[in-house]
Amino acid sequence: MNAIQNALQSAGPQAAQIEQLWWLTLAVCAIAFVPTLGALLWSLWRAPRATEATPADTAIVSQPERRTRSVVVSAVVISGIGLAFLLLASVRTDHALAQLPLEDALNIQVTGHQWWWDIRYDDPDPSKIFSTANEIYIPVGRPVVITLLSDDVIHSLWVPNLHGKKDLIPGQTATMQIRADKAGTYRGQCAEFCGLQHAFMAFTVTALPAADFDAWRAAQLEPAAQPTDEKAKRGEQLFTSGSCMMCHAIQGTTANARMAPNLTHVASRRTLAAGTVANTPQNLAAWITDPQKIKPGVNMPAHHLPGGDLDALVTYLGTLK
Amino acid sequence: MTRRSQASVKRTAPAAGAAALLEQTWRDPPGLVGWLSAINHKSIGRRFIVSAFGFFVAGGLLAATMRLQLARPDNHLVGPDLYNQIFTLHGTTMMFLFAVPVMQAMAVYLVPLMIGARSTAFPRMTAYAFWMYLFGGLMIFAAFLLGMGPDAGWFSYVPLAGPDYGPGKRNDFWAQLITFTEVSGLLISIDIITTVLRLRAPGMTFARIPLFVWAMLVTAFMIIFAMPAVMLGSTMLIMDRLVSTHFFNYAEGGDVLLWQHLFWFFGHPEVYFIFIPGLGFMSAIIATFARRPVFGYPAMVMSIMATSFLAFGLWVHHMFATNVPELGKAFFTAMSMMIAVPTATQIFCWIATLATGRVNFRTPLLFVLGFFFILVIGGLTGLMLGSVPIDLQVHDTYFVVAHLHYVLIGGAVFPLFGAWYYWFPKITGRMMDERLGKWNFWLFFAGFNVAFYPMHHLGLAGMPRRVYTYPADMGWGPLNLLSTVGAVTIAVSVLLFIVNAVRSRRHGAIATDNPWGASSLEWAAASPPAAYNFLAPPVVGGREPLWEASKDVGAPTYVTGLALDVREALATTPLDARPDHRYIFPQPSIWPFVSAVATTIMFIASIFSPWAIVWGSLLVAVPVTAWFWPKRAETEKHLALEKRP
Amino acid sequence: MSARGLTCIVAASMLALLPAACDRELRKLSKPQSGGPVPAIGDKPVGMQPGQPGPGLQETSSARTYDGQNAYELNQGKRLFRWYNCGGCHAQGGGGMGPPLMDDKWIYGHEPDQIYDTIMNGRPNGMPAFRGRIPQEEVWQLVGYVRSMSGQASPAAAPGRSDGISASPAEARRTRENPRTTGPEPPVKTP
Repeated sequence: MNAIQNALQSAGPQAAQIEQLWWLTLAVCAIAFVPTLGALLWSLWRAPRATEATPADTAIVSQPERRTRSVVVSAVVISGIGLAFLLLASVRTDHALAQLPLEDALNIQVTGHQWWWDIRYDDPDPSKIFSTANEIYIPVGRPVVITLLSDDVIHSLWVPNLHGKKDLIPGQTATMQIRADKAGTYRGQCAEFCGLQHAFMAFTVTALPAADFDAWRAAQLEPAAQPTDEKAKRGEQLFTSGSCMMCHAIQGTTANARMAPNLTHVASRRTLAAGTVANTPQNLAAWITDPQKIKPGVNMPAHHLPGGDLDALVTYLGTLK
Repeated sequence: MTRRSQASVKRTAPAAGAAALLEQTWRDPPGLVGWLSAINHKSIGRRFIVSAFGFFVAGGLLAATMRLQLARPDNHLVGPDLYNQIFTLHGTTMMFLFAVPVMQAMAVYLVPLMIGARSTAFPRMTAYAFWMYLFGGLMIFAAFLLGMGPDAGWFSYVPLAGPDYGPGKRNDFWAQLITFTEVSGLLISIDIITTVLRLRAPGMTFARIPLFVWAMLVTAFMIIFAMPAVMLGSTMLIMDRLVSTHFFNYAEGGDVLLWQHLFWFFGHPEVYFIFIPGLGFMSAIIATFARRPVFGYPAMVMSIMATSFLAFGLWVHHMFATNVPELGKAFFTAMSMMIAVPTATQIFCWIATLATGRVNFRTPLLFVLGFFFILVIGGLTGLMLGSVPIDLQVHDTYFVVAHLHYVLIGGAVFPLFGAWYYWFPKITGRMMDERLGKWNFWLFFAGFNVAFYPMHHLGLAGMPRRVYTYPADMGWGPLNLLSTVGAVTIAVSVLLFIVNAVRSRRHGAIATDNPWGASSLEWAAASPPAAYNFLAPPVVGGREPLWEASKDVGAPTYVTGLALDVREALATTPLDARPDHRYIFPQPSIWPFVSAVATTIMFIASIFSPWAIVWGSLLVAVPVTAWFWPKRAETEKHLALEKRP
Repeated sequence: MSARGLTCIVAASMLALLPAACDRELRKLSKPQSGGPVPAIGDKPVGMQPGQPGPGLQETSSARTYDGQNAYELNQGKRLFRWYNCGGCHAQGGGGMGPPLMDDKWIYGHEPDQIYDTIMNGRPNGMPAFRGRIPQEEVWQLVGYVRSMSGQASPAAAPGRSDGISASPAEARRTRENPRTTGPEPPVKTP
């Protein structure tokens, strides 16, 4: 099974704590399960057989069964001890999860929308704030505080390789602390049922070495590249004067709506439509033409563009590295 | 009608010829109107069980459709809109139209027989409750077939289920279904509680109540305490949707999480009031097939009660992923762990019973043994979900889907199937086929584990619940296919059960009154029981009345002196079951049915207009007034009885 | 008639519901293969408008058309009304810079075609043309929603209250206005 979205392949301290607790709990549960079922099977194997006609054993009703009682009582006591142990381990892990050191933390704000993720990198310097969508990049080894908001219904952010989930609740603000200790790309998806396209509200978290992350961040801060060739220029004109700019934003152009994913560096993303299809020109063209076919129920409308215009638009979006 | 009873407990059996007269008095009237007027607890109980089974099959077909859709990645058998309706209706049906009602249905049929009574305490109300349940269920399925099934999941989280994100009337039908099942569930609970507290056979003290009856009594109390929370929630939801209130609108002072608290304050105890009746079936069946009373009766009773109290203290473990303070979470984790203790106690007591008994391996016992394997796994995964950190990983994934099916199917459906095999001869007078029964069990058991065990792994591998499909490169395909194979196996096993039941009802071996050699009072009645249950209502002198001689030396064994031509019964005191007074039950009546029809019209109309509550109340008032209108002839008969010593 | 007969009748009537699926609740998520004809509407922008119509978007006959009694379409219209900031001028229907939309007065007509025309081509004195800016099918969704603001959609289909601050009653709770066309205000004569 895939490793990039798996609760048992931790890539950071939070998920590792939980994974440890999981194996411990599983062991304790196995220790409880085997003797219980063993006792049952053993009892059935050695108990004498009977039929409906066998007279019931009522002699035992009035006299206490001391031996049986002591066995049952010990079993209950042992279970109680096991449970207390599990409780202790659970509370300890929970405490540890809240203790992730947060010096020099990166602040990211994630807003859930039906059915995509708006990601904003916060910074004390307002000129260093930028937005992207559906693909989070973080530096390896540095803590990240994610602020969780929702624009419509309840969503839940979950990257199993890094941490458990946290709900994005309209009207409330929650935070989540993670750290990735291994470089790599980890997939996550919305974990709280949020309507028609709950199944395709995915995202990735990519952990990069610090230098690579800084380079990525610097690139994201740049406004969109100016188109050079004619086709791309036509594409940009279509974008900013047509319907795209009604919902999308591209930094450095007049398009600045925030209803739909920010497309400033859309060509640098791996997937389209929140992890639904790979980001290729063919898929992009198909997505623009008939998004309902790819993601039924999505709020992106279909666009009936003449062939040349569609080509120009896709070419332009392809330049937005 | 309450007169102090004077030595109405005698030692002699009633005279011959009494049977015909009693049958005349207690039977339901003939014809279609008579059928609709029926109030005998066995008629209502039978209809209730059959309807609940019908909804179980319908919910199962929905589940099968989901499994076919998920059998392979990127499948397009059903689209997201229909899939959302299907999984919502599956959950809603199984929880509100099958699991809770079927347990109450079994109680309506069995509890009076087990405590030696002739009827439930409020037979007309029982009938009304049944019709309300049936009409509510038909309403939601009609809505689904008309393309407006609810689509926000069986716990309808706002704002998704609210007015802004749930357009149309889909979720209003859901909220109103809750109202229907509430009315039905609460009325049956009141009925069961009163029946158990006031109509027990003389001598059946608290310490002699059968464990199944204990389970149903505790369940009924739990329903009375838990259901008002969801009733409040669903009423707020429908008001938000219909008349623009702001209970769940954060911008106007409402709160999104309020819904979750209200729902789970009901929803978590609900799991236990599905599970506790299952424990009751277990105790009844294990005692009979181990040929000895269940070990540790006081521990069993205390465990059921402890479970019912603790069940109200762990609803927040459904909400660990929301903002809950640390200390709060630790408390709910502790409660979630603690509730395992009473369940473990009961499991150990049953194992002790089997270990020290002599075992008769019949189909009912097989289902009970299936419980041990499945429920213990479900209980242990429940501990994992009760632990906050683990829950954060597996919450809302297929791990939870696996867990809840292990608990509910293992803890309730397996014992329930065992119970059906066990009490089928009592209800129909014929035995079910053993060979088909064993096939039924083994296919169900194997199919169940093949269908649900892989889901644990899917959840840990990141598959969230409630997705209508998934991309092929996630690698979830093979286990999902395996799960679908298991689901088909379950379907085949349920089909075998239906074949077995239908065939056995006609051609099964004739059952004796007590075919399994059991100890509780229902086996003292005929198979199937006469309309009046017992020719002479029994007097109980021990915990296992059919197995042991009465401990109350010199006590009578029958109640005599009750009228034969009126529906008269002996009410006893709540604790010690001493004869208290004679009580006259009402006659069959069409008005409960008509009242249920009127209430249904009001409830459905109020989905579309708030004014329906106003004119609907008047509409309901008419049949309800007719229902309670005193009849001169009846009153005279009662007055005549008053004069007797 | 026996009890069993009754049960059969109930079961049969349940299944009979199947073909009678409710249009109000339908969600046409992917567009139909062949749609209705596009109503004939003047395709030239009328008068002067602050917004320039965008280029490129083709109008096709296979696009979805008006469905003013479908709950999902109306709800989508409500979302677009928010997204496209219609409230910037019309507020939540009560009007501001632009005319109110929840009363009985319609300057350029209340028929779906007329509202479509108003959105697509704009109107004098401030209503921009959205041709090329908003795809056809979304305009139809907006048309349905705008009509529901004065109670022209059935209460069973019109949107309920918003999750937000609401200044006016939910569309489903509005009284149905009797629409009348008032025509544009006569230009103010300068002495």
